[in-house]
Amino acid sequence: MYQFNYQKAGSADEATSAVAAADDGRFLAGGMTLIPTLKQRLAQPSDLVDLADIGDLVGIEDGGDSVTIKAMTRHVDVANSDVVQSKIPALAGLADNIGDPQVRNRGTIGGSVANNDPAADYPAAVLALNATVITNQREIAAESFFDGMFTTVLEEGELITAVRFPVPEKAAYTKFPNPASRYALVGVMVAQTGGETRVAVTGAGQDGVFRASDIESALSGNWSADAAKGVKMSDDGLNTDIHASAEYRAHLISVMASRAVTAAG
Amino acid sequence: MPTVSMTVNGKSVSAEVEPRTLLVQYLRESLGMTGTHVGCDTSQCGACVVHVNGESLKSCTMLAAQAEGADVATIEGLANGDELHPMQEAFRENHGLQCGFCTPGMVMSALDLVQKNPDPSEQEVREWLEGNLCRCTGYHNIVKSILAGAEALRG
Repeated sequence: MYQFNYQKAGSADEATSAVAAADDGRFLAGGMTLIPTLKQRLAQPSDLVDLADIGDLVGIEDGGDSVTIKAMTRHVDVANSDVVQSKIPALAGLADNIGDPQVRNRGTIGGSVANNDPAADYPAAVLALNATVITNQREIAAESFFDGMFTTVLEEGELITAVRFPVPEKAAYTKFPNPASRYALVGVMVAQTGGETRVAVTGAGQDGVFRASDIESALSGNWSADAAKGVKMSDDGLNTDIHASAEYRAHLISVMASRAVTAAG
Repeated sequence: MPTVSMTVNGKSVSAEVEPRTLLVQYLRESLGMTGTHVGCDTSQCGACVVHVNGESLKSCTMLAAQAEGADVATIEGLANGDELHPMQEAFRENHGLQCGFCTPGMVMSALDLVQKNPDPSEQEVREWLEGNLCRCTGYHNIVKSILAGAEALRG
C-alpha cells in the first residue's frame, strides 16, 4: 500500500467535508474491496475517511411497499433481517451468499454499490429490483446509476446514504460463484415488480451489470424456467478471463436465469 | 505516526503505526503475536481470521486503525496454559491439520460459527468454511474436528 492519511468521521456531513478538504479523499465503508485494491497499489488516495462510526448510516426500514437499507448496513445484517427476509427474501438470500462469513461481517451495501465491481452481487439486485440509490445530494434511479465497470454516476465527494428497494411480487437471485473468491462468474437476478419483468446480470459483462432484454421478453409472455433457458445469449460484450470464456458465460446466463425463475416460483 | 490502541486477548495494547498498517501486521509485527498467519493476502484463504468485537473477520483486510478501541481475540488467547481450548483439542484429537498453516484461522472461524450456531450440521460447517482454505487435508477432518469441538463446547 502507498501511504495515506486516515480519519474516522462522526457524521455524513463530517465525512463529505473531510473528503472535500483532502487532495484525493476516498470514503472507506467495509473496505472489502478498497483495502485489497490499495494493497495491490491500484489506487493511491491521499486520505481515507472511515464511515464506520456513523450510526445514522446503519439500519433497515420497512416502508410498506419498499425496503430501505442504509448504506453502512453489513451483508450479514441484511441476510439476517426479518424485514428483508419477509419482504424481499431474494435480497436476503443474495446478501447471505456474498463472499464468505468474514466478508459478510464487514462488507456493506453502500460500499458494494458505489464500487460497482463487475462481478459483485448487489448491483444485480439494484438493477433487477429497480431500486433507487439515495445519496447526500439526490436520488438516482438504478437505470441511470451504473456507468460501466467500477464506474457510477456518483460525483466526486457524493456519498450514498441508502438504497431503497420496491417490494417485488416475486424475485430470485442465482449465481455461479468463482470457487476461490466467491465473486459471481455469472449471477442473475430475476424479478417481477408491478407487472414488469426485469432480469439483471452481473459477473458477465465487460461494462458491468446489465439487463438481459432477450430473457426479459421471453419471460414477459411466459414466466417459466424453460422460457429463460431457451434464450441463446450473444457473447458480444461479455468477459473472457482465466475463469471462463465469453461463450461459456453467455450460456451460463440462460442457465442461471432459468434456475432463478424456478427459485422465484 | 498515530498510536493505535486496542484490547488483544484481554490485555490493553498500544503501538505507533502508519495508517496503512493492516491489523494482521499490527498483531504480528508490532505485538510479535505470530499465531495469526498471512496466507494469500488477498482476503480469500482465511489463515488470518481473528475476532474483532466478537465476530470473525480477515485481519489482512482491515486496517489496524479501524480496530482502534476494539476487543480483538486471536488464537494465542484460547489455551489456558498447557490446557488446549476444547476446539483446539478437537483439532488435535481428530487430526484436523497436517501442515497447520491454515489452522489458526480455521479454529477462530469455527469458534464464530459455534457461538452463532452451537449445534451445526456437517453441511452448515462446510458452508461456513467458504472463507477458509486448506491445501492439505481435503477438509474432511477439519469438519470432523469442528463438529467434535462444538459437541465438547455444548458440554
